[in-house]
Amino acid sequence: MKKRKFKPSTLYLAAVLLITYLPIFMVVLFSFNDSKLTVGWKGFTLHWYEQLFQNEALMEALMNSIVLGLISCLFAAVIGTLGAIGMSRAHFKSKGMMEYLSTIPIMVPEIILAMVFMAFFSLIGLPFGMLTLVIAHTAFCIPYVFMMVKARLVGIDRSLEEAARDLGASAPRVFWDITLPLILPAVASGSILAFAMSFDDVVISLFVNGPTLSTLPIKVYTQLKTGVTPEINALCTVILIVIIFALLIYFFLTGRKAGEKNQ
Amino acid sequence: MKKNYWWTCVIPLYAFTLLFIAGPLIYMVAISFATNNPSGYGFHWALTAENFLKILDPVYLQCFVQSFQLALSTTVLTVLIGYPFGYFMGKLSRKGKKIMMFLIMVPFWTSSLIRLYGWLIILQAKGVFNGMLMGLGVISEPLKILYTYPAVLIGMVYALLPFMILAVYSSVDKMDWTLVEAARDLGASRTKAFLTITLKQTLPGLLSGVILTFVPSMGLFFIADLLGGNKIVLVGSLIQDQVTRGSNWPFAAALAVILTIMTTLMIFLYRKITGAKDLEGIF
Amino acid sequence: MCYNNSINHPDKGCVEAIYTPMAQSVVLELKDITKSFDNVQVLKDIDLTVHEGEFVTLLGPSGCGKTTTLRIIAGLEFPDGGQVLLEGANMENTPPEKRNVNMVFQNYALFPHMNVQQNIGYGLKIKKVPKDEIRTRVEAALKLVQMEGFEKRMPAQMSGGQRQRVAIARAIVGNPKVLLLDEPLGALDLQLRRQMQLELKHLQKELGITFIYITHDQEEAINMSDRIVVMRNGTIEQAGTPDEVYNRPRTSFVAKFVGSANVLTGTVTAIKGDTATLSHGAGTMGCTLYGRSAKVGDEISLAIRGENIAIGRECTGGDCLMGIMAEKSFAGGMLRIVVRLSDGTEVVITRQGINFDYDLGETVLISWAASAASAVDEEAAE
Repeated sequence: MKKRKFKPSTLYLAAVLLITYLPIFMVVLFSFNDSKLTVGWKGFTLHWYEQLFQNEALMEALMNSIVLGLISCLFAAVIGTLGAIGMSRAHFKSKGMMEYLSTIPIMVPEIILAMVFMAFFSLIGLPFGMLTLVIAHTAFCIPYVFMMVKARLVGIDRSLEEAARDLGASAPRVFWDITLPLILPAVASGSILAFAMSFDDVVISLFVNGPTLSTLPIKVYTQLKTGVTPEINALCTVILIVIIFALLIYFFLTGRKAGEKNQ
Repeated sequence: MKKNYWWTCVIPLYAFTLLFIAGPLIYMVAISFATNNPSGYGFHWALTAENFLKILDPVYLQCFVQSFQLALSTTVLTVLIGYPFGYFMGKLSRKGKKIMMFLIMVPFWTSSLIRLYGWLIILQAKGVFNGMLMGLGVISEPLKILYTYPAVLIGMVYALLPFMILAVYSSVDKMDWTLVEAARDLGASRTKAFLTITLKQTLPGLLSGVILTFVPSMGLFFIADLLGGNKIVLVGSLIQDQVTRGSNWPFAAALAVILTIMTTLMIFLYRKITGAKDLEGIF
Repeated sequence: MCYNNSINHPDKGCVEAIYTPMAQSVVLELKDITKSFDNVQVLKDIDLTVHEGEFVTLLGPSGCGKTTTLRIIAGLEFPDGGQVLLEGANMENTPPEKRNVNMVFQNYALFPHMNVQQNIGYGLKIKKVPKDEIRTRVEAALKLVQMEGFEKRMPAQMSGGQRQRVAIARAIVGNPKVLLLDEPLGALDLQLRRQMQLELKHLQKELGITFIYITHDQEEAINMSDRIVVMRNGTIEQAGTPDEVYNRPRTSFVAKFVGSANVLTGTVTAIKGDTATLSHGAGTMGCTLYGRSAKVGDEISLAIRGENIAIGRECTGGDCLMGIMAEKSFAGGMLRIVVRLSDGTEVVITRQGINFDYDLGETVLISWAASAASAVDEEAAE
C-alpha cells in the first residue's frame, strides 16, 4: 500500500480544531480536579458531580431549561413546519415580507430581541416567567425549523406527489403518505437545532425570565460574573454530554438525507 | 380551476409573527421616538428625535465606533482563519467531511458560556496559558491577558468562527471543481484560478459568513462582559445597560433601531450581491 | 396464484392474458384541447382518438407539447379549453386520483421512503384492497417485469433499469384503462433501451392495456407503436401507422423528423394519375401525390429518403437531378453521401456497406422512383 502523502492542509485543520477544543477540554478536565481552583491539577475526584446533583437551585434551573427547550421547540416545530408547507404551496403577495419578518429573530443581534420582548411583554401586561420565556424562545426557534423544512420541500421532486395522486391518493392522503415522511428528517433536525439554541440562550432569557425563574445558562452566567463554584465545571460537562448526544441524533437524521441525495 | 387550501397552513406562522415579531418591533420603533421621564423611570409619548441625536454624543458615538472596530477585527480574523478551514474541509473525502462536520458542530452547539468559561480558565493570570509560557521560559512574569481587548477579540473570534466555517464550507462543498480545471486548462495559474473562479464561486458563503459574524459581534455583550471586564463597552452592552440600570428605554430603543437597520441593510446588500435568498451555511 | 402469462384481475381472478384485437372501441378522446403557460400557447386544438389496446406514441422534439398532453390526460394539468373523454366520460372535474389511468414518470418517481413492495402496492392500499391480495398482485406484477424477489429493496438500492421496471409494475398493478409513459427509457443506455423496448411491447400485448407513450426518438416510435402521433409546436402534424408516417409523411417536418428525408421543392410540369413530375433547377424529379390536389405550374415539395435514391454517371430512368459529390462519411455501418445540386441544395444519400466508387468532386446524376417520393406540405413559416 502506498503511504498517504502528508498535506499541510491537514495540519491546519488539526491545529484549528485543537484550539477549538482546548477550552472545552479544560472545563471537562477541571470538573474532575480535586481543588476549588481552576489552576493546577490536584488529583481526580467525582466530588463536584455529587455536589452538583445535591444543588437544588441548579437542578431546578436545569429542569426549567429542559422544559422550556422542549415546549419551545415543539411549538416551533408545528408553526415552522406548517408555515414552510403553506408558503411552498400557496402564492400570495405578503410571502416575501412574512418570510423576512419570521427570520428576523435569528438575523438581528440577540440583545435587540431581548429588549424588544421585555418592552412588549410589559406593555401587554404578560407576567414574566415561563410563559414569556416560551414565547421568546419559540420566536427564535421557529426560523430554524422553518428554514430547514423549506429547504427540504424545495428538494422534493414534485413528480413523487403527482405519482401518488396518479395512483389514486387524494391530496390530503398524498401529504400524509409522501410529503410528511419526506420532510420528517428536516422537521426533526430543525427541532433538535432549535432545542440546542434554546438550551444555550442566555441573552434573551436574562431579559424575560422574571424575578424568580432561572434557566441553566442564566445560573452559569451569574456565577461566572460573581464567582465560580466548582460544580459549574461538572454541570458544563453534563451539558456537553447532552449536546454531543443530541448532535449524534441530528447527524444520524441529516446523514441519511445526504445519502439519498448522493445516490 | 381547483381551490387551493394550503394557505391555511401559514395561519399560525402569520399570527405568531405578526403578534410577537412585528408587534414588538413596531413598539420598539415607537418607543425610540418617545421621551424619557426625567425621574429616570418609564417614558411618555411626547414624540422627539432626541434619542437618535443623543447617539451622536461623542461618548456614545465612541461606543459605536468601538463596537464597529471590534466587529470588524473579529470578522477579518474569522475570515482569515475560517475561510481556509472551510476550503480545506470542502476538499476532504466524503467521510472526512462528515467527521469534520461533526467536530465543528460540537463546539458550535455547545453553550457559548461553557466555551467562554474554558477561555477564562486558560487565560487567567495563573492559568494554563501563562503557566505554559512561564514553564517554557518565554516569560518570567504572568501576562495580563484576561480583561483586555485581545481577550475579548479571542472570545469573539472563537464564538463566531463556526458560523464562518460552516458558511464557507457549504459554498465550497457545492462548488463545481471542473470550472477550476477548465480555468487551469485554459492557462490560468493556480493562484489566478483561485482568485477568478474559486473565490467568486464561494463568495455567497464568504459573505454569508461575514454577516453571520459581523452582526452578532455588535451585540454579544456577555463576551465583552466576561472576558473584557468593564473596559470594553459595545452597543450591545450599552443597550443592556440602558435597559437594566439606566432605565432609559427610548434611548435603548433608538440604539436598537439603528442596529436593526444596519443589519437589514447588510442582508439586503448580501442578497443584491449574491442573488441568493437565504444566508448560506447556518442550515 | 397467477402464472407467467396471466394477470390477476380484481374481479375475475387469474385471467389468461392473450392479446386479442378487440372491436376497436374508443377508450380515450381528446377534443380541441388548448393549454397555455404564462401566455405561451403550448397546445393548440389537439384532437386525438385512442382505441382500446392500442399502442400510441406521441413523437416530437422537446417543447412540442407531448408531455403536457400526457399530463392533461392524467389530470395533473388542466386544459384551458377542450375536453378529455375517458371511456366516454368527461373528465373535466375528475382529479387525477379518480381517473383510471396510470403514469410511468420520466424519472420513475419511486417513493424513496418505501420499498418496492410498498411502492407497487401503494395504489392498491389506497383502494383498500385486502393485504393478501395486494401481496399476490405485487408479486405477479414483479414477475411481469422480471423483478421477482426485489420486494424488500429500497429505490436507492437499485439501478436505473431496475427502478424503471418497478415504476412500470407500480403503474400496471392497478389494471388501468390507459397506461401513460413519459419517455420511460430516456435515462437508460442504448443497449438496455433496445431490450426494454421489446419487453414493453411484449408486456403491452400481454396485458392488452392501451399505452400512450412519449418519446423523441423516431426509431423507438417506429419499433413499438401501432400508431404514431407526430407533434410539433403544440399541434399534431400527422397521426398514422409507423408505415404511413415513415413512408408517406404529410408534411416536410414529419419527413425530416421521422424519416430523416430530403425535402426538395419544384414546379409541377406534368400530372399522370397520382404521380407528378416536377422540374427543379438541377433537373426533373417525380413524386406520388397521395390524393393531394395539384395542377401544372404549382410549386410543391416532395420528401425522399436517402436510401431510396439511386446514384449514377448517366441518367437511366427518366427523371434525374445533376450534382457533384460533396461529402462522404461513415455513420453506424452506413455510408452517408452528400450530393450538392447545381442550385446549392444538398441531398443526403445513404448506402449499406462501404463499397462506393465515386470520388469527391465528381459530377453525378441522382434519381428515384416516383413511388418512393411523396408530396408534402411545406412547413409553415414560424
